[in-house]
Amino acid sequence: MTAVLKVEGVNKSFGGLKALNDLNLSVEEGTVHAIIGPNGAGKSTMLNVCIGQLVPDTGSVQFHGENITGKEPYQINQAGISRVFQTPAIFSELTILQNIMVPALAHRDGNFKFNAFKAMGREKELEEEAMRYLEEVSLADAAHDLAASMSRGNKRRLELAMCLIQHPRLLLLDEPTAGMARHDTNRTIDTLKKIKEGGMTKVIIEHDMHVVFSVADRISVLAQGHIIAEGTPDEIRGNPKVQEAYLGGAEI
Amino acid sequence: MMNKPKEMNELLLILIFSAVVLTMPIWLSPLGAAYPDLLQKFAIFGVFAIGYNILFGLTGYLSFGHAAFLGVGSYTAVWSFKLLSMNVLPAVMFSVVLAGLFAAVIGFVSLRRSGIYFSILTLAFAQMSYNLAYSVLTPITNGETGLQLAKEDPRILDSAVVDGLPSTNFFGIELQGFSGFYFCAAFLILGFIIALRIFRSPFGLKLRAIKTNQTRMRYTGFSTRPYLLTAFVISGMYAGLAGALMACTDPLAGAERMQWTASGEVVLMTILGGVGTLFGPLLGVGIIKYFENIFSAINEQALHAIFDFLPTWLEEFMVLITHPFVGEGWHLTLGLLFMLTVAFLPGGVMEGIDYIKKKMSSKDTDETEGTSTTKTAEEGSSS
Ligand SMILES: Nc1ncnc2c1ncn2[C@@H]1O[C@H](COP(=O)(O)OP(=O)(O)OP(=O)(O)O)[C@@H](O)[C@H]1O
Ligand SMILES: [Mg+2]
Repeated sequence: MTAVLKVEGVNKSFGGLKALNDLNLSVEEGTVHAIIGPNGAGKSTMLNVCIGQLVPDTGSVQFHGENITGKEPYQINQAGISRVFQTPAIFSELTILQNIMVPALAHRDGNFKFNAFKAMGREKELEEEAMRYLEEVSLADAAHDLAASMSRGNKRRLELAMCLIQHPRLLLLDEPTAGMARHDTNRTIDTLKKIKEGGMTKVIIEHDMHVVFSVADRISVLAQGHIIAEGTPDEIRGNPKVQEAYLGGAEI
Repeated sequence: MMNKPKEMNELLLILIFSAVVLTMPIWLSPLGAAYPDLLQKFAIFGVFAIGYNILFGLTGYLSFGHAAFLGVGSYTAVWSFKLLSMNVLPAVMFSVVLAGLFAAVIGFVSLRRSGIYFSILTLAFAQMSYNLAYSVLTPITNGETGLQLAKEDPRILDSAVVDGLPSTNFFGIELQGFSGFYFCAAFLILGFIIALRIFRSPFGLKLRAIKTNQTRMRYTGFSTRPYLLTAFVISGMYAGLAGALMACTDPLAGAERMQWTASGEVVLMTILGGVGTLFGPLLGVGIIKYFENIFSAINEQALHAIFDFLPTWLEEFMVLITHPFVGEGWHLTLGLLFMLTVAFLPGGVMEGIDYIKKKMSSKDTDETEGTSTTKTAEEGSSS
């Protein structure tokens, strides 16, 4: 198996705070790799480094063997990494359909195209695809509503669809079910399982152990910017170090 | 669930728009605004505002320096009259190209920043151009006198000069009075068609997406700066066109056209009418130019005539309280109107119109079907 994503010896400090401390992580092709860890462990910071939002102080990030450290966010996305953010990042002044058409255009046309004279109304094929993805997250009925009017849970699901329509080679999910009702969480798990069958590689950060153990093939435990344990869900469940550092002996 | 917002058929929209513009001399005459000079202003500032709205309305980048491109357009046009020919076509072409190049340079630098810093950079560039026009660039701009035609200009493409100064023409048709208006109106319609296309295109959608969440755009795989620069250059070219049209109808160019107040005017027009809507900026132009030209011309005598039907004491009273708002005081009226709009209708006059339309259409459906459906305004906030 080949590593899709390789984080090697990454350090990142904010002032005196060492958010990432010699972080190493390798994500295998086609797997769902969960990252768990207490609040402030550096999970989101790690994703920020992967998508070019932050440049690491030392160390490197490789994607399919190519060094992407220090590249522009748009280049990294075009290379095949999409991310669902911890706080929903959508285009709130656009309609739901427009929200998903934008990433679809990025996927089809690349990082810049001056297509100023063809009407959006003529992009039938792209629109059909967009509607299929909206159906997947049960938002098709509301396609022409303004995105701002949605609930937080729906915004998250929209963002998930926005990432999926780009057919990313690697999907990064930062707590995709946080703030969702149980019912929506289960639907999101179903969606995640379905795309897992499609073989898309995913990194998922999640506090909800139900979600983690439903979808993950491998789990890494992050504490104070460092991976303290890694293994299959069963291995992690039985790991006393993890119990102590993170799970606090809770029933899982 | 919301209905799919209906988009009016493009051809129909263009036909209606053209009809409305070309019949302006007829339907504006009851308002006392159907004289060529004002009609030309409506059309020229219409071009300016439509173009400005492509930048400000779609991307949200507030430029305070677009008058500089207007000035560049005017100077270029007059130079084309002086050196080449009194035909307006080459003048317009050169102006648009040169304003576009100028915008590319200013945009390239200014777009390194966003928000207030972007606005300040554009303002600084425009003021710099304005001051240069008065100082080191006098050989090109003719300083305070302004650039004018002269009898001994070479005009290499035209035949020998007749008596006096020649006038601008479009292949023989002189562009004075109404023909000048129709010439400008043709460009207004062309400018509108291009803007309409951009508004409804993937490019336009991407500009809007940049306005609502530029960071998300970057993580969605777009390199946003080239989009912004393209929008900036297009709007600069519109401004250059407007400047050229000013010179076509009145062949002289002065630096005051580049002053920051001129840049501010187009901002006011756009906000007053409705930022980011297709028609809002044009309404803004109409209102502001109407006030500027008609309200400012009303004097005390005219007021007495208006309130003539009232008893004398009431007539005196009405004249007394309305007097500060007209004539010299038209700025006061405009200022109040602007403040009220921004405070109560942040979406400008178009928001008010949308609101009324929505009220009326929901009443209709209530009566006919007993169910109410929400419609989004077709050309308003949504497209
Ligand atoms: N841009 C930043 N500037 C300064 N400090 C930051 C920045 N980003 C993160 N931090 C700090 O780095 C640490 C790790 O933050 P991070 O967001 O990665 O945690 P996390 O594991 O995602 O936590 P949570 O589960 O709460 O989302 C925190 O202490 C946070 O305050
Ligand atoms: Mg986090």
